[in-house]
Amino acid sequence: MINCHYRLHSPKRIGVDFVEEELTDDKVIVKPLYLSICAADERYYQGKRDPKVLAKKLPMSLIHEAVGEVLKDPKGEFKPGTKVVLIPNTPVETDDIVKENYLRSSKFRASGFDGFMQSIVLMDRGRIIPYENVEDRVAVLLELMSVTMNALEHFDKYSHLKKQTIGVWGCGNVGYVTSLILKKLYPNAKIIVFGTNTNKLHYFQFADATYLVSDIPEDLTVDHAFECVGGRGAESAINQMIDIINPQGSIALMGVSEELVGINTRMVLEKGITLLGNSRSGYEDFDAAIKFLNNFPETIDYLKRIISEEVVVHSIGDMTKAFELDSNVDFKTIMKWEI
Amino acid sequence: MIYAEILAGGVGKRMGNTDMPKQFLMLGNKPIIIHTLEQFLLANEIAKIIIGCPKDWMGYMNDLVAKYIGKDDHIVVIEGGADRNGTIMNACHYIEDNYGLTDKDIIITHDAVRPFVDYRIIEDNIKAAKKFDAVDTIIPAADTIVESTDGKVLSSIPVRDYLYLGQTPQTFKIKELVETYDSLTDDEKKILTDACKMFVIKDKKVGFIRGEEYNMKVTTMHDLKLANAILEVGLNHD
Repeated sequence: MINCHYRLHSPKRIGVDFVEEELTDDKVIVKPLYLSICAADERYYQGKRDPKVLAKKLPMSLIHEAVGEVLKDPKGEFKPGTKVVLIPNTPVETDDIVKENYLRSSKFRASGFDGFMQSIVLMDRGRIIPYENVEDRVAVLLELMSVTMNALEHFDKYSHLKKQTIGVWGCGNVGYVTSLILKKLYPNAKIIVFGTNTNKLHYFQFADATYLVSDIPEDLTVDHAFECVGGRGAESAINQMIDIINPQGSIALMGVSEELVGINTRMVLEKGITLLGNSRSGYEDFDAAIKFLNNFPETIDYLKRIISEEVVVHSIGDMTKAFELDSNVDFKTIMKWEI
Repeated sequence: MIYAEILAGGVGKRMGNTDMPKQFLMLGNKPIIIHTLEQFLLANEIAKIIIGCPKDWMGYMNDLVAKYIGKDDHIVVIEGGADRNGTIMNACHYIEDNYGLTDKDIIITHDAVRPFVDYRIIEDNIKAAKKFDAVDTIIPAADTIVESTDGKVLSSIPVRDYLYLGQTPQTFKIKELVETYDSLTDDEKKILTDACKMFVIKDKKVGFIRGEEYNMKVTTMHDLKLANAILEVGLNHD
């Protein structure tokens, strides 16, 4: 069947390409309902990636955060109209030890191949999970939540049991969702958020405390820390975490940096700090995110607060508008996909 | 009930050196009409998709469905009419004879040779048909449209802001459509080749929805070359 792929052809230029795709038994046709723009998408859109990377990857449809409804399933496993979250990680093999999102062979939407900016999406059968009792515009944040779930699985496995104080560095989307989930899943822990923007920190009222990174009390320490900063700010954030963390604590790294990051390894050694690398998420993490929303429905209202802009998309002009708006908002821009 | 008809009634003029009706020519890996049909199969609300096809090509059409779609009870191939409206009327009568008709029943009619129609356009037609007796799919006119009544000099240049280009689907409340068609004289029937125009002439409200520039009609070899050129085969997994 002919499908429209809305692709970034060059920075700030989105065009439509027509792709003939084959509906086989292992695919399910999904109509996207909501798409959410991630910082990674915005970097592609603005051309803030290495020109060699852009030359290799474009043209490509952006967006790896999406929910949709099933239109057709040749096997009848998913009924038409079923609301599903779309999983961007697309493994081509399984491994007993390595999670699907860390397999080097796995492909990822809007990175290795076309993302969800399409009229309809032919999804691999195992890459969709039904959800209920959540508005679609909130469910589109499930991918973001799944990334935290992936990091938390790692954290649970490798961090020591003393979890009285957990620090989260970063007052953006990842920081917000991570501290919110930590607050619910670790009710006995004190969740402290460290950021650089006073206005954004005001959104974190559910946290036990928030501090500007320039104004942290001298005697403050944390047992474990989550780095949700990335980019150029990652270096100073990680070094501050190394300074503040108690011995043998773990630091979960979640922010993506284009540049190499210089960190105080001497102190990492002296304190016996565990650095945990985390990236993306897989099926189990999405499943965990859906279960989290079912178990803690009160968090849905908190998640709504980080939807800064909602753009109804009828045209390529609307897509461009959404990406332009996103570069100036505090949190998330989502697109209601009516194209 | 919601029905769709894919208008493949005409054998048309020759497209280049082929005798085959243009809707059966290959676009990418499939005949044009199969691409069109696949888009309609995505709309789960559609109870039956009727293909109005030249009598001599009905067997061929059934073979194509069997080959590319497989067994699907949603699809029915019937004989087309002498002209476009005749093909639509055949479908309306087929529906009445086989499934009965209610005031709410609608039919979405679409040119077989517009394979780039998409799910959104079809859904918008269905939604708009709840508000209007007839719905057209249109796009704003990008070029200036001029009129010449004698074929020699321009008689008028209408204001472009008010002008649109008609595409398909066109969607109708079936009972209204049949009544309107039956109210036409034979001379009117010859002139009113566009079903929406029948409604406009009879002072009935025709709503419209936004089409797409790419929802083009593949009617010439040039169109077919263009359509094949813009169609990419397979996903860009790398």
